[in-house]
Amino acid sequence: MTVDALPAATLPERQPVRIDRAAWLALPAVIFVLALFIFPFGYGLVLSFSPLEAAQGWLANYAKFFADPAYYGTIAKTLWLALPATLINVGASVPIAYRMRVPSGGQRFVTTLLVIPITLGTVLIADGLLTYLGPQGWVNRILLGLGLVDSPIRLVHNYTGVLLSLVVSGFPFTFLLTLSYITGIDPVLAQAARTLGAGPWRQFKEIYFPLLLPGLAVAFCLTFVQAFSVFPSAVLLGAPAGATRVISIAAYEAAFENYDFPMASAVAMIMGLVQLAITVLVLSGRRLVYRGPVGGGKG
Amino acid sequence: MFMRNASQTRAGAQAWNIAIWVVMIFFLVNVGAMIATVLLNSFATRWLGTWFPAGLTTRWYSSAWSEFQLGDVLFVTMQVTVAVVALSALIGVPAAYALARAEFPGKRIVQLLFLLPMMVPPITYGIPLATVLYKVNLGGSLAGVILANLVPTVPFVIMVMTPFIEQIDPKLEAAARVFGANTFRVFVHVLVPLLAPGILAASLMVMVRTIAMFELTFLTAGPDSQTLVVSLYYAAFAAGVRAGQSISAMAVTYMILTLAWLLIALRFVNPTQLVTRVKT
Repeated sequence: MTVDALPAATLPERQPVRIDRAAWLALPAVIFVLALFIFPFGYGLVLSFSPLEAAQGWLANYAKFFADPAYYGTIAKTLWLALPATLINVGASVPIAYRMRVPSGGQRFVTTLLVIPITLGTVLIADGLLTYLGPQGWVNRILLGLGLVDSPIRLVHNYTGVLLSLVVSGFPFTFLLTLSYITGIDPVLAQAARTLGAGPWRQFKEIYFPLLLPGLAVAFCLTFVQAFSVFPSAVLLGAPAGATRVISIAAYEAAFENYDFPMASAVAMIMGLVQLAITVLVLSGRRLVYRGPVGGGKG
Repeated sequence: MFMRNASQTRAGAQAWNIAIWVVMIFFLVNVGAMIATVLLNSFATRWLGTWFPAGLTTRWYSSAWSEFQLGDVLFVTMQVTVAVVALSALIGVPAAYALARAEFPGKRIVQLLFLLPMMVPPITYGIPLATVLYKVNLGGSLAGVILANLVPTVPFVIMVMTPFIEQIDPKLEAAARVFGANTFRVFVHVLVPLLAPGILAASLMVMVRTIAMFELTFLTAGPDSQTLVVSLYYAAFAAGVRAGQSISAMAVTYMILTLAWLLIALRFVNPTQLVTRVKT
């Protein structure tokens, strides 16, 4: 497509300000995101205020959500899965990524292996864990063989199965993200601290950790948001009618089992709102800590 | 006193090191064993109450092929993936060029606009998106699945390609313009050859992501437009209806498909690039 072919009249922001001609190349992508991301969100928002039974008023879907424990209970159930999973994944990622911050063959090997569970995705992990953690699976056979348990323990079709799947799929993601932040910190800073007599622990506490915190806040948010939108493993590995009836299941049921799209949109909006709330909370906490260059030298 | 402290610290650091490696290896071994379970189960004649299957067979693959119509499913998966890769490059690369080279009012808003679909998880925006697609009669069709899958991949291509274009010397384009090339010719004859490695890497990553994209395809696909990962979900959901080994055979097919492309992608990109999406 040539730039000149674009109709200038429909374009926003026709101002006397100079606009590089190449800027119009972004137009198809802007239109695409507006049409397939922003518009559906707006449409969903409006739809959520237009309940199927119009007589009940425009807030009926939200009123229904917060009156019915089958709906409002999903927030607590999802948080109860997503927060521990996020804390485990972030908590484990920091020391391990710190240990592996220096580029090496081992680092490349481990990062390559960790990309595999990310690539396979949650459906395959759920399917695999179903057998692996099941009563006949290797985990239970090993526990029985070691005499740690007398009978197979229940690891699937309950809370534990979903939490474990969130660790399997979430940890590699959090770790690689943390690693990319930690390798962005100039090691010269820590060398300076070492010259002044700081051991590994103090180098971490005084140099790396404060510089890592802003990145860690982002990693926390992304991990949390992913865990909060858990769906396939909550159905396959969990108890989708009980302990792991997460909010995405409620939204899916409303849309594709009850064909109540306004209600489904309301649930999706609430899900987005909780994710936004936690993200804003964590990222605003970030302002309290150091923000600035993570490079050494002339900065 | 100093000496004892130093040796204590060293012993502590040693223990810490070992602990870290133990955790990491424990994690990787479990993931490996999980994959091995699926692999072994797909070849098992019978596997109940023992460490290893009673015998090995390949018949589950042919039964999975016919039971789950894997031929049709793979053809749909291929159509979706090819279309998504091509369209996301076609829409995303010019936009990345604009962000890398051009100044315009509202650039920061446009950048934020492209960041949003990667920050919001698919299941959150997938439900309103599916609602809209069903409203315009694209829900349940191949076109709908392709459109939905483009929502995260177009911004992804833009995000990968923008820094890539920034590091190409603008003088090369200026030289072409001096010799009378218009924007289109500069794009085809100068930029595309220079951008080819970046486009290749981005396309491979889009490919892997699209094959593995469950949520958006699940919410928008009809019976004839399911990709492999969605069929796998339905098979696992209805476990008990079919032999477990059949589902495992399907899972292995899916694993081979994704991991083959991952292997190719890893020749061109660093593993961390597959996840690093947001810079502080």
